[in-house]
Amino acid sequence: MAGFDKVVTSYAEAMAGLTDNMTVIAGGFGLCGIPENLINEIKHKGTKGLTLVSNNCGVDDFGLGVLLPNRQIKKIIASYVGENAEFERQMMAGELEVELTPQGTLAEKMRAGGAGIPAFFTATGFGTPVAIGKEERQFNGRHYILEESITGDFAIIKAWKADRYGNLVFRKTARNFNPLAATAGKITVVEVEEIVAVGELDPDQIHTPGIYVDRLIQGTFEKRIEQRTVRSSSVATGE
Amino acid sequence: MALSREQIAQRVAQELQDGYYVNLGIGIPTLVANFIPDNINVMLQSENGLLGMGQFPSEEEIDADLINAGKQTVTMAKGASIFDSAESFAMIRGGHVDLTVLGAFEVDVNGNIASYMIPGKLIKGMGGAMDLVAGADNIIVTMTHASKHGVSKLLSNCTLPLTGKGCIKRVLTDLAFIEIKDGKFHLLERAPGVSVEDIIKLTEGELAIPVNVPEMQF
Repeated sequence: MAGFDKVVTSYAEAMAGLTDNMTVIAGGFGLCGIPENLINEIKHKGTKGLTLVSNNCGVDDFGLGVLLPNRQIKKIIASYVGENAEFERQMMAGELEVELTPQGTLAEKMRAGGAGIPAFFTATGFGTPVAIGKEERQFNGRHYILEESITGDFAIIKAWKADRYGNLVFRKTARNFNPLAATAGKITVVEVEEIVAVGELDPDQIHTPGIYVDRLIQGTFEKRIEQRTVRSSSVATGE
Repeated sequence: MALSREQIAQRVAQELQDGYYVNLGIGIPTLVANFIPDNINVMLQSENGLLGMGQFPSEEEIDADLINAGKQTVTMAKGASIFDSAESFAMIRGGHVDLTVLGAFEVDVNGNIASYMIPGKLIKGMGGAMDLVAGADNIIVTMTHASKHGVSKLLSNCTLPLTGKGCIKRVLTDLAFIEIKDGKFHLLERAPGVSVEDIIKLTEGELAIPVNVPEMQF
């Protein structure tokens, strides 16, 4: 690693310095745009007592769910955690602390954390269990609660393409929380499908500037699909 | 007859207007997309970061990097845009979405909504629902009027933990279209073949009934 070159060549190097009881912020929505290999590296390292900040917690055998069987997660801050039997078991047994956070508030906590803003007022959650213990204030006759921002010891990110300086481009809805998480890590580690030479990315098209990125690695991805829905069976209905 | 899930979606679709940006929640709200009138254009917002959600993909079009907020594979409509989660909720919280449709377990006469948590039972999380109800001005809640055992879900006070306080003004159930104002439910329309008496019986919160309650038209 020299100068602005962020490229590392092994996952061990990518996650070096991660130790027990750290806070890790992860990008991804469901299983879409998750840093799957960086998560597997944490499993492999066996780091314990982690506080994880992520919209979801994967499924039983993929994504952040793989950190559950060995009890590597002490606490998770997430908006929706419904897709995971082991998660539910640990939560109900009191083995896993869960701080449910509204999705937009979670995104803003990361954004604010990365932008040096310690807290912000939002109407989201006022008058609900989310507001318990938080400062309330009125602006123009509306009620708001004070939410504190989040930063992490590590942020783990999945992007589509990067140049060696860590300038990032995301693809479709795999963007989600990734650009926000990328700003909020003391050490931000990014895995991508392709690393190109500096100068090959159009500066106008870069979603995350390399200043936020500390380490960059090229990986191969399973990209598992959580809800495979196609048009032929039912007309754009859903469920 | 109580409305089917499809009929609830169909009635909601009548509230869509040309040029609306719309967020549809999971469940019945998702079905609304099937009943968008041909003569209007609406743009569907999916809070994971997509404005201009298209139909489900064909087998060949499936893309793991393109899903909706229900984690289903989707496509993009012409004119779609992609953004991160903070931007997505800036749209929602900032009041830029014209109509939000979402489900609920309970609503009450003060516009409170409970939709995300049954203590001791179901603990999955609120996802984007708290942001949606706090940020949107124009919300339609779709739900069944009562449980299978005939217990009303339209209450004087919600019993479950709230998703939002004082933020719901319109509710469409399988029996009735209802407006919430001045601390009361106001009966606007009834499902075809459903009597006002049927609705009164299954509405626990105070219900104001005008002289004439028209049947819904489809």
